[in-house]
Parts: sequence; structure tokens; C-alpha cells
Amino acid sequence: MAAPSEEAGAVTSAPPAVSGGGRRPSLGVGLGIGLATIYLSLIVLIPLAAVVWRSSEGGWSGFWDAVTSPESAAALKLTIVASILVAIINLVMGTLIAWVLVRDSFPGKKVVEMLIDLPFALPTIVAGLVLLELYGANSPLHVNLAFSRAGVLVALLFVTLPFVVRTVQPVLLELDPQMEEAAASLGARRFTTFRRIILPSLLPAMLSGTALAFARSMSEFGSTVLISGNIPFHTEVAAVNIFGQIESDNTTGAAAVSTVLLVVALVALVLLSLVQRWGSRRG
Amino acid sequence: MIRTTHVSKSFGTFAALTDVSVDIPTGSLTALLGPSGGGKSTLLRIIAGLETPDSGSIEIAGADSTKMSPQRRNVGFVFQHYAAFKHMTVANNVAFGLKIRKRPKAEINKRVEELLELVHLEQFAHRYPAQLSGGQRQRMALARALAVEPQVLLLDEPFGALDAQVRKELRAWLRRLHDEVHVTTVFVTHDQEEAMEVADSIVVMAEGQVKQVGTPDELYEQPASDFVMSFLGPVTKLRGRLVRPHDLVLTAEASDGAVPAIVDRVVRLGFEVRVDATVDGEPIWAQVTRYRAQLLDLRPGDTVYVRVLERVDAPVG
Amino acid sequence: MARVSLRLVALAYLLFLLVLPVGLICFRTFEHGVGPAIDALTSPSALHAFQVTLEVAIPAVLANTVFGVGVAILLVRHRFLGRRVLDALVDLPVAVSPVVVGLALILVYGKFEPIGKWLDQRGIEIIFSIPGMVLATIFVALPLVVRAIAPVLEEIGIEQEQAAWTLGATSWQAFRRVTIPAIRWALAYGMVLSLARSLGEYGAVAVVSGNLVDQTQTLTLFVQERYQNFDQPAAYAASFALAVIAVCTLLLINLLRPKEGTR
Repeated sequence: MAAPSEEAGAVTSAPPAVSGGGRRPSLGVGLGIGLATIYLSLIVLIPLAAVVWRSSEGGWSGFWDAVTSPESAAALKLTIVASILVAIINLVMGTLIAWVLVRDSFPGKKVVEMLIDLPFALPTIVAGLVLLELYGANSPLHVNLAFSRAGVLVALLFVTLPFVVRTVQPVLLELDPQMEEAAASLGARRFTTFRRIILPSLLPAMLSGTALAFARSMSEFGSTVLISGNIPFHTEVAAVNIFGQIESDNTTGAAAVSTVLLVVALVALVLLSLVQRWGSRRG
Repeated sequence: MIRTTHVSKSFGTFAALTDVSVDIPTGSLTALLGPSGGGKSTLLRIIAGLETPDSGSIEIAGADSTKMSPQRRNVGFVFQHYAAFKHMTVANNVAFGLKIRKRPKAEINKRVEELLELVHLEQFAHRYPAQLSGGQRQRMALARALAVEPQVLLLDEPFGALDAQVRKELRAWLRRLHDEVHVTTVFVTHDQEEAMEVADSIVVMAEGQVKQVGTPDELYEQPASDFVMSFLGPVTKLRGRLVRPHDLVLTAEASDGAVPAIVDRVVRLGFEVRVDATVDGEPIWAQVTRYRAQLLDLRPGDTVYVRVLERVDAPVG
Repeated sequence: MARVSLRLVALAYLLFLLVLPVGLICFRTFEHGVGPAIDALTSPSALHAFQVTLEVAIPAVLANTVFGVGVAILLVRHRFLGRRVLDALVDLPVAVSPVVVGLALILVYGKFEPIGKWLDQRGIEIIFSIPGMVLATIFVALPLVVRAIAPVLEEIGIEQEQAAWTLGATSWQAFRRVTIPAIRWALAYGMVLSLARSLGEYGAVAVVSGNLVDQTQTLTLFVQERYQNFDQPAAYAASFALAVIAVCTLLLINLLRPKEGTR
């Protein structure tokens, strides 16, 4: 029996994605769901619920008093303002860096590309330590940001660096160059093309990354501990405030501030998923 | 040998199969043919045990298989997108079923060699599926399915993902393979040409139901409905009746039962000639030989007389 | 012109925020020579901290890997009531501040809390000892393995497994021989991310451990404690070690990342 001749590469890819419809739901699946639920409950759900529960121990007034206590309120205010500032800076710089990484080429770009993820991989305390050394009292650069709010800002910028870059990069890579060519052929100059064609396409990704950076910045602890000196009313962030209250056995107060952080993070995540849905609808 | 009885299956509100009862003879090469969404793949997967029917039963080689898992049914299945084990060599892919059954190594190696020779992939034994073309991967998938000597071989649109040329070649190759190996084989296709060319018998399915079962000739000559007729070959309408364009006889003079038509176009298509005309305001087309067309010498605007060639019910096959 | 200035701005930002700080660790660590650095790294406290770090990180990674594979399969291959909820819950840890993680665990497993008291009566200590730190580490690294393998599971589809079933393999055999090998690079990627996260966790374990030196002190806690006790060399040496691990992680994930898509 002769073998048929064939042209190589005559292939379409993509098998159908997922089954689901028609498979009898089995005992194994039920067991799996049960185990996953237990795992999540014991480690995530019950503990978080306990935080919210503890914060409600003194009722609404107790909660409100804890949150508006001078030190906690100052910490929360600092954290929110700093996080908004950090989010905005990242929005601009993150997009810029992503742009340079995608559209530009220079020797050592691959190394830079890899380094962007460093804040994800480096322990926060180590980041805090090196930032203190570089920008603190012994700074080789002769700046001293120790015990200042600027120091806090620098620490937060470090840990949030990758977020906007990594969400914008893939979108930039996928951008259809023909869109820009069409705009150019219609008379648009570089900046106009950027403003009217590219930016709108990038916007969902930019906002996603910014929301992530904001959420991360709100909850940051380790990197601020050393450089800020944790001075109450000045450089103490919310997470440090919580830590202090735990150490002083004031778990109710700690829980109250924690609940505020949780709510803010939740709101940020919800906004994030809305942005992503908006983005995917525009294609 | 495969018997489905009153099988129904719905996915949510969509009824994929409604009361399907079909017998597939042992050793035959049967096609499940029909338009997309007609239920053919669903039926095939139910036979394989990859889906369970909502009601009805499946019998394979006399045994009630309705509740059996696919592992126990001993059916070979070939997928449209090959489902190759990408991380295993071609040889290990083919050997998989035998390894599961814990056959001795020597036996496995021998059988794998036999099968690779059968499908002409011997030199690819130690390559990976990613290094093969689509047609080669499908041949590997066939070898893999045949390795465990299944009692039934099921193929789900096996050539659907391949180029037209490769598809034609593999089609003929499947036919020859079946002649050699004689396993009861069922394949799903929406391509009527493929079904007509390859299969001994065809089950036409649409909208979750069986429309007709028969040999290719039976279905072509004696279609049970307009749907089957138009699905299996070219059709045209003469005064509300579906006929085959090559069954229309064109004459220059009127005759008994002939209907006048105004010629719109005459197109030469290689060996045959297509005549587009209008009858009572309705378009119609006829297929005639070049000889006939030359004889009639038709021009657009001419009047020609059309009648249907009545066939005496000739024995088929 | 615009291109070059953009490039300069980006690189300058990265220089002052990223490159110089990291470069500084190396410099400070070896400022007084390689010898003192090695001494600091091999002191009993440092070695013990390293040991504790591994004792905490490895069980956490293993637990999250098993969980990750199971949940990814559940989410991708099956439809069930509450699937969307499970999907969202898996991402939840990302939004929680590490200190809150610690607090949350204390409030449930602390000696004076219901569950904690029950465990304590049976001699099981969670808070202020290794098990609590493992729980905290599991919490913070929870989504990493799931999110690494779920897209790959989605992409390769279920047909290979179905083919294995028709060839006689049981679900477990198909899982072991077909599913796992098919996702192995993505699984490795997820595990590396998970390990890096687990080794580097600070805030959550700081709260949960009580930071008892030589008992529940991980390498990250070691860095902070040594620095605040003016033992800079030890702090830098440990930071350097952690930074080296971080860079190795970066290299590994860069190697593993492209492979996710091809197989």
C-alpha cells in the first residue's frame, strides 16, 4: 500500500478548548471541589473573616473610633495619598518604559527587560535595605531621604515598578502596525497618531496596571519599614500602623484598619475587572 | 454490530440528538454524513463513551455498553485535531495503549513496528508529533488507535483540518486501509463527496435525526427527501419538483411532457456544458454533454424544451 | 530625537530606582573583602535562618503545587456551581497586605482563639512557630501555580486525555502520563515563582513568627533584625544571598516562560 505524498506544514492548529458539556459530573470532581474549599477556607476565608469580625467587636462606633484614631487616620491618609501619587507616576513611567522596551532597541536591552521583574522577585525587606543605603544618611549620592515621606514614595515606586510595564507591554506588542500606517497615510503626525490611535488602545492595559500598582502600594509593608523610620503622623504607613497595633496587643484596632485596607483592595480589584471587561469589549 | 436505540442527547436547551436508532453492520465502513450541528459528532462520541446519552442505549458487539466508560469499550478514536501526545515520540504514541495494558516490551516493539509500516511512518518512529505534517500526524493517530486491536474504529472528521490535496489522498488511503484491516469503522464528515467516495453505507443526519440510511448509490438515486437529495448532489427545480441537472433532457422541438424554457447562459465546463434557463419565471439549470450542446447550438434568448429523464427503477449496486 | 530622549528618561529612571540599589548590595557586601562576607553568611544564626527559611518555604510550595494543579484542572476542565467564585477567590491573596495576612492567621490560630485553643490543647502550636509561618507563606503565594498552568491547560484542550481514555487509560493514568507531561514547563514556571515568593516573604511571617531569634527567624527576618542591631555586615550578606536567589529566579523564569506556549 503506497504512502500518500504530502506537503509539509499543511496543518491548522488549535484543538477545541475545553469539554464540560456532557461529561458526567463525577465523584472525583465533587471531592476536588470539597478539598479546594476546605484548603481555601482554612487558610484564606476564615482568617479574613476573623479580621472583619474582630473589627466589628465594638460595633460601628468602636470601628469608627479605631479607624479615626489620630495615628491610624494619619497612617491611612498618608498611605492613600502616597498610593495615588505612586499610581499616577507609574501610569506615566510604566507606559514610557514599556514603550521603550517594545519600540526601541539598544545594547543591553535584554538585561533591562529581565531586570524589570526584579521587584517581584526581591524580598521587600531587602529592597528597603538597599534603598535606605542608597538614599539614606550614608548615601553615596549625597541625598538623604531617610525619615521622610519622599523616602516612603521611593520605596513604593520600587515595589510597584513592574505592574504597569508588564500589563502594557503585551498590548503594545500586539498592536497592529497597519493602524499607524493608515493614520500616517491620512496625514497624522507622530504625536497625533500616538494620542488618537495608540493611546486609546493602550488605555485599558494602562489602567489595569495602575489599579494593580495602587492596590500593591496600599498594602506595602517591608520596603517602607527601614527607610521611613516609621514615624507616626509623618512616615508611618497603614501596614506599619497595623503591625504596631498587633505588637501592642490592640488586635481590634489592627483589625479595623486592616478591614479598611481590605475594602480598598477589593474596590480596586472590582474596578480592575471592570476595566478589563471594558477593554476586551473594545477588542 | 453497533446498535444505537432511541438515543437522545441535549446540551442545555439545544437538542443535539432526538430518538436516533441506527444499526451499523460488522466490518463495514460507514459514514455519518450531514451539515454542521446535525448531531453526527455527538452520536460518534456517545458510541465511544466520551458523552453519555440522556436516554436510549448503545450496544457494541452484542454487549450493552451504555454505561461503560470509554476505557472499557475497546473503541479506537481518531480526533479531527489528532490529539497527539505532544511530549511523546511517534513510537511511544502508538505504543501507549499497549503500555497501559502492560504487554511485554518485545511484543509492544513488534506491534509498533508493524503499525508504523502499515501507515508508512517507519522513519519517523523517534520524531515528535510537532515535527510531522498534519497528514502524518493523522496517520500516526490511526496507528495508535489500531494498536490495541479495537473492535470498532471511530473517526471524527479525520481529514477536516487538512489541505484539500492531502484530504483526497488520505481519503483513498483510508479506504484501502479498511480493505486490509476490516475493522468496523465509522467516520463523521460533512463532505458528501468524501462519504460517497469512501463509505460502504452512509447515515445521513441533520437536526439531530437520521434522515436516511443506505449505500451511496441508493442515496443518490432514491433519496428519501428533498433534503437528502440536495445534500448529496446537484439539484435544480422544475415546476416545484427537485431533479438532478444531468437528468434533464433538452430538445429543440416540443414533445410530450416537455416544458418550454428561455435560455439565459451557456457555459462550457470542461467535458460538460451547463445551460442556465428560465421556466415560468423560475431559474433552472441543466447539465448536458458537449455533443448534445453542439447539436442544439443554443444561444441566450432561444427557446428550448425541457423534460425529465425518467429512470426505470434499475437495481442498484 | 524623541526616541533617544524617551530612552534616556526610561533608563535613568530604572538606573536610580532599580540598578543602583541592587548594585549597592553587592558593593556593600564585599566592601571589606570576601572573607568577612562569607563569615557573616556562615555564622550559626545566618545558617539557622537559612534552614528555617527552607523549612517554611518548601512545604508551602509543595502544598500550593498540589492545590494549584487540582484547582487549575477544576477551573479549566469542569463546570460547576460556584466556579466563578472559586476563580475569584484564588486571586484574593494578591490584594491582601502581608501584615493583614499575619493578623488574620493570629485571630484564628492564636492560642486564645477558638480553633487555636483547640489545637493548643492537643499540643499543636501554629502561631509563633513554623506551622503558622508555613500557613502565612501558603497564603501569599496561593495563586501563583494555578495562574501559571491554567492558561496552558486551556490551550492544549482535553482531547489528548480523551484519546488516552479511549486507549484504555484510567483517569489517573491519563493524568499522570498525559496531562502532567503536557504542562510540565508551565508547572515548573509556577513552582519557581512560588518558591521565590515563599523564600522572600517578610511581612506576613514577621507578624506570625514572633521573630524568635534562632528559632523562628527566616532569612528575611534575619536581615531586618541584624540591621536594626547595627550588624550591617550580616544584614548585607544575607541581603546579597537573597538578591542572588532573586536574580537566579529571574533567569529561570525567563528560560521557562517562552516554553509555555510551544508545547
